[in-house]
Formats: sequence, C-alpha cells, structure tokens
Amino acid sequence: MIRYALRRILYAIPIAFGVSVVCFALVYIAPGDPLQTVLPPDATAETIAIVKHAYGFDKPLPMQFLIWLGRVVTGDFGVSIATRRPVILEVADALANTALLAMFAVPIAFGIGYAMGAVAGSFAGRWIDRVVTGAAVVGVSLPNYWLGIVLVIVFAVEYMLLPATGMGPNGSTGFNLLQWSNARFLVLPVITLSMIPIGILARTTRAAVAELRNQDFVQTLRAKGLSEWAVTRHVLKNAMPQVMAVMGLQFGYLLGGSILVETVFTWPGSGFLLSKAIINRDVPVLQGTILTLSLVFVAANLIVDLLQSLIDPRIRRA
Amino acid sequence: MKVTKTDLLRPVLALGFGAGISFVGPAAQAGGTLVVGMTAGDLPITTGNPDQGFEGYRFVGYSLYDSLILWDLSKNAADKATDIKPGLATEWHIDEANDKRWIFKLRDGVKWHDGCNFTAEDVVWNFNHSTNDKAPEFDPAQFAQARAYLLNTGVASKIDDHTVAFDTKVTDSLLPYELSYWLLISPCRAKEVKYNWTEYAQRPSGTGPYRFADAVPHQRLELVPNKDYWDKARVPSQDRLVLVPMPEASTRTSALLSGQVNWIEAPSPDAIDRLKAAGMQIVTNPYPHNWTYQLNFANGPFADKRVRQAANYALNREDMKEMLNGLMLEGYSTLPPSTPYYGHPKIYQYDPAKAKQLLTEAGCLPCKVTLAISTSGSGQMQSLPMNELVKSQMDAAGFDVKLEPMDWNALLAVTREGVDKHPEYNAINVSRQTQDPFNALIRHVWTPQWAPKGANWGHYSNPEIDKLATAIFAEFDTQKRLQMLTQLNEAMNEEAAMIFVAHDVNPRAMSPKVHGFIQAQSWFQDLTPVLVEP
Repeated sequence: MIRYALRRILYAIPIAFGVSVVCFALVYIAPGDPLQTVLPPDATAETIAIVKHAYGFDKPLPMQFLIWLGRVVTGDFGVSIATRRPVILEVADALANTALLAMFAVPIAFGIGYAMGAVAGSFAGRWIDRVVTGAAVVGVSLPNYWLGIVLVIVFAVEYMLLPATGMGPNGSTGFNLLQWSNARFLVLPVITLSMIPIGILARTTRAAVAELRNQDFVQTLRAKGLSEWAVTRHVLKNAMPQVMAVMGLQFGYLLGGSILVETVFTWPGSGFLLSKAIINRDVPVLQGTILTLSLVFVAANLIVDLLQSLIDPRIRRA
Repeated sequence: MKVTKTDLLRPVLALGFGAGISFVGPAAQAGGTLVVGMTAGDLPITTGNPDQGFEGYRFVGYSLYDSLILWDLSKNAADKATDIKPGLATEWHIDEANDKRWIFKLRDGVKWHDGCNFTAEDVVWNFNHSTNDKAPEFDPAQFAQARAYLLNTGVASKIDDHTVAFDTKVTDSLLPYELSYWLLISPCRAKEVKYNWTEYAQRPSGTGPYRFADAVPHQRLELVPNKDYWDKARVPSQDRLVLVPMPEASTRTSALLSGQVNWIEAPSPDAIDRLKAAGMQIVTNPYPHNWTYQLNFANGPFADKRVRQAANYALNREDMKEMLNGLMLEGYSTLPPSTPYYGHPKIYQYDPAKAKQLLTEAGCLPCKVTLAISTSGSGQMQSLPMNELVKSQMDAAGFDVKLEPMDWNALLAVTREGVDKHPEYNAINVSRQTQDPFNALIRHVWTPQWAPKGANWGHYSNPEIDKLATAIFAEFDTQKRLQMLTQLNEAMNEEAAMIFVAHDVNPRAMSPKVHGFIQAQSWFQDLTPVLVEP
C-alpha cells in the first residue's frame, strides 16, 4: 500500500510540471497584455516598454519561465500586478473561501447524489427510477449561473430571505460560520454549486448499481438466501470504486471553485480570483492559481485512488 | 513583501475559529453609510492614480486624493459640461517670458491625512515619483497610470514654498487639463513605509475629502470623511462610504433590490423598469463619452471619405436608443452637444439611400469591412447587441460588415498597437472619454499621435488639421482656443473622422433612501453631499 502511494505521488510531480509549462504558455499565447491592469488604454509604446522593463516582462519567455519556476519551488509565487499582494496570500485567501463552499457542497452533493443513484439503480426500470433519473438529468442540464440568478431573484430579491451577493456582511474578513448573519451568505451559492455534482453522481451511481444487480454474484447471493437489503449492501459496496472515481473529479471541481457561480454571487473564492486574473491578464496570479488548483486536483484524485485501493485491493495489483 | 506563517494561516483561522472574531459593523449615524456597487472587476488601487478606468478615479482617486486642478462637479455642472477649477493650486498662468513654463500658486494650509503639511517640495517629489525612474520614490505602476498626463512635462521645480513651475517640452496651453488627472500622494507616508507601495496601499494618505478606513482585498473598500478637508463645502455628509466591486450587472441589480447596497453603477437597460417599479431612483445625465468606431485611414474602404460618410448615413440612431430603453444620446459627432466647442457640425441623419449612393460613387458596393469589437469593457455599454444593430443597419445600406469580437484586453492591445500591426481591421469599436480638448478631439486626428505613439489608431493625417491642433496648443486665450476647438470638431465631422453612434448617459440607480446627489456632466462625481436615511 505504501509503495503504491509513493508511486502515485511520484506520478504527480511530472503532472504538476507539465501543468506549470502549459499554464505559463497559455497565458502568453492568449492575446492581450500582462500589464493591462496598470496601463491606461492609451498607453504609448514607449510607456509600455518602460513599464515592461520595470516588471521584468521584457525578458525572453523561457527565461521568464525559469525565473518563475525557480521562485515557485521555493514557495514564492511572486506578487500580483493588480493588487501588489503576494500571490501566495491571494491564492490562500481565495482557496480558503472556496473550501468553505466545498465543505458544504461536497456532503450535500455526494450524499444526495449517491442516495438518489442507489435508489434509482435498485429500482431500475420502475417509476421511481424514471423520476430520479429525470431529476438527475435536470440537475446536470441546468446551467449553474442561470440557476444562481433565478435563486437570487426568488430568495433575495422577491422574498428577501437570503443575501444576493458577497461573503458576509463585511466581506470575508472575520467571517463567522456560527452566526446566521454570516452563514446565510453560504446558502444560495452552496445550493447552486451542488446541483450539477448531484446529477452526475446520481446518474453514475444508478448506472453502476443497475449493472451490478444483473451480475452473477448477485444471483448467487440471492440463491444463498440473503435478504434483499443484504444483497443491496453488497451491490452498493461493489459500486463504490466506480462512484468514487467520479466523486474524485467532482471533489476537485468543487474545491477548484466555479468561475460562473462565484462571479454570480461575488464569492471571493479561487474561481472568482481566476476570472479576475484572466480579465486583467494578471500573469503571476493566473499562474499561481492555476498551478495550485491543478495540484489540488491531482491531490484529490490521489486521495480517491488510495481510498479506492483500500476498498478494492484488485486496484493495487493493477 | 515578507509573508509570515500567520499571514498564510489567517484564512484557515478565519474559517475554523471565526466564532470569536466576528466583525461588528459601524453603527448607523446621522449621515448614514453609502454602499456603492461598482462595475469594476476589482477594487481600484489606492496608491495614487487608480486603475479600473475612470470609475477608479470617480470613487477612489478623487476621494482619497486631490490634483492641483480639480473638476467642477457642483450643481453648476449638472446642466452644462464640467470644466476645471482650482484644487491644490489656487491659480496658474503661463510665464509671460516663456510659453513653455507654467507657474502654479499652491493652496496654503492644506494637510495630508497623515498630518504633514502640503508643500511645494511635495509637488516636485510627486513629479519624480511618477516620472523619474532613478529617484528612490519612483513607482512604475504610477508611472504607467500618470504618464499620459505628464507626457509634455519635462521638469517640475519649486519657486518658493507656495509656488511651483512646470517646464513643458512643447508649448502646451492644455497643461492644466492634463494635470487635473494627476493625483498627489503624501511623501511623509511614503517615506514612513520606506517606499513599500504594497504597504502604502493599505495605509494611503492624500489630501482628499475621504480618508482610508479599511479594506478587504477584492471585496470592499471603506472610506470615512476627512473632517479637516480644506474645502469645507465638500466635507462628506455621509458617515461612511463603502465601495464593492460587482462586475456582473445582474448581481448589482439584485444587490440593490435586496438592500445589500444602496447605489449601483450602470444598471443594464432591461433592468430599469424593474428597478423603477421597486421605487429605486434612476439618475442619468449626458457626459463626455462617445461610442464610436475609429477608422482605418491607411488602407481599405474607409480611406475614402465617401465611404466614411456612407457609414454615418447608414445608422438609425433612434432605433439604437429604443433598443437601450432610452439610455443613450444619439451620437452625431465626436462630442455630446453640451460640449462648449461642439459648434454646428455636419449632421449625418439616417439616410440609407444616400449611403448607398455614396458607396456606388466610391465603387464599393457591397462594401466589405471588418470591425474589431469587444464582448464587454469599460464604457463599451451593451457592446454586442449595439454592434449587431450597427451591422444590420450598415448591411441594409450596402455594406457587408464582418464583426470580429474579442475580449476587452485583446481589443485594447489592437488599439494600442495601431493600424500598421492590424491592417486586417477597417475599424475598432473603443468608447472614449471626451472630457478635455486633447482627449476629446486632438488625439484622434493629429499626426504626431499616430499609434503606437498615441491614440490616432487609424493614422488619420491632414495638414490643415495638424496645423489647427498645433495652433490650439499654442493659444493661451481661452475664448480664442474655444473657437479653434469648435472649428476642429466641425472639421472632424465634415471629414467623418469616425462612425458616430452614441453617447452614454451615465445611468446609475439608487435606493429611495439616498438623498443629495446631483449628477454632473462628467466621468467624475461629487459624492460628498450624499446622505443615506437609516
């Protein structure tokens, strides 16, 4: 098990390096100027040249990459061009805010999605399956930015039950989860964020359970006289590795933050940070955020792989 | 900046152990708290000249800081175009013996927010801060932001404790306008933080009507009145001004309707009826803004004046106004009609038959043109539907328009680089501020302003207009200069130097509890008289 874990961790290193190269290159391939945020629209060529020199953007790209990489391995992600704050602080603040959303969205999405899928799979072909599958399709199909706006119109504008935007009455500083005046800011973004993972997990779980129920070992269990509940427990356990692979991806998605949902709710998470960095071409923030999010994604999948191998030892031998 | 472990742990601590550090908001007092939902994607920087376009100047720049010369945003500016007025300088004049030397008399008794006195040395220090890359106080970000306004200025020097001189590289009668955009920061505070501009941003010090109170990065900036402000008539009436960036129009609308903010910038036209129905105030006023296409004069169909005129005749601006729920002025010139140097320009009323006739005469029918447009951006109004309407109207009059959409940043790059690097575009759709004579007119048609050196994107060149622009810079008599500027605007219309489409009316919506705001015909606004009922 330890050797397997070490092997997977080693695999993560070239992935992280590859991601850093790709994200660095993508930022420069995109049209626009990394100094757009500090340059007025009519900046002259001469002004741009002087500012580029001051910020080190006049060096050849490979050299810029090596300088950046050299800093990153020592934990220095540079300074945001727009805010002049250290990128590591920008990313840490944003990730913490997104993690707060994920902390609630993960159990809601995974719990409801898995339960819906288990029920639908266990009653495959029956009316309850059709209802649950229909609901799951709706969940997957609803654009989450649209859902977010509709929820805001209903619960914030019309009924004034929940806030429309932001994180806490005074921003994320001092956000207190234990006070309803703060926690209520979470409700609409969490619901919006959970909807798609609920649909995806319900459909995945349903497919896995329905397929397993037709397998020979299930017939054998029934022939041995096990109760239907005991059979279902076996089926659900066997469906777990397949469902967990999808959970890993969704976990990464939720932890990575959704640009659309966080923008609609002005939630100061990693998705919102990323969207601002893209619009402003704030290269240090863009690179730092993408690299960190990709590492989060790799780590989430690594954890899921390890958990899968614990549940199903055959995976370790593969 | 050094990052400590505590800095890194702060977000975790805030989440996990936040119970004990609940933030208690300021108690509501007589003047109330004005909470503004800005269109900006982020908080404007607080280290002097702000980013985030003129919205940054409007809410942060001119709140924390002053310039030597300010804009008159009082009720005088509600009915006519705003003009400059004394700021940290009380008077200014050109040196009679040297038309490249401006003398500025400074206001006495002004203090920075940090308690230091405002002096002539501070002005010279600020000049070095913004221009001299060898000076310890040099800040490249401020250089970038202020450069356009200090381009003609070579040297700033102290004459006595209350007088400074600016030596210009060329004769420049418009320098007072240029200096109105240059905001001065406190040398005392800069030295105190050892020129660490990250730290300065968290403890800014200006002479403006508001002082910095608090900021949550990316989320909110809180300012409080500067009770010692030198202009007693402009000491803020409200107790606190809170600025919140909300780039999404629907988010701003929801935030206002749900009571989270009491003022929003630029509500989308389709939200106006809903906002009115909820009792919100909708405030509009023309202001120096244009929504036009700058044309490619170097190659392609728009090099021919008849094609440029045809494009202007092809547009039914009233349809555009209807589409925007009335939130625009029909654009028939570079300038809105309330500008003092608007004059009597040739007006291209909607006449598709005439447009087709001109295209036939020019031998360009159908006339294929490619327009570079942005999906959104500062001052771009409802960019996509407006461009679609322009395309359909131009196509109906004999053009064959291809729209080339890109994001705002990419369009700015095309704009800065100029037509030589982007001959594939026949026009660019970049809205412009027209608040001062140079930015309103000269930069678009003056040969020395050819991009990438300046804002003359399409390389327009006309010896007569160049001569006129040079004469404007050399004319120090205001009335005579006004006549010349009028002449320039009329000439630009005759030349159809742009495709004129619209002028924005600067819409903003506010809660019925907000009182005392008078919207000036300006990009900048005076927030100081605003009161908010509890």
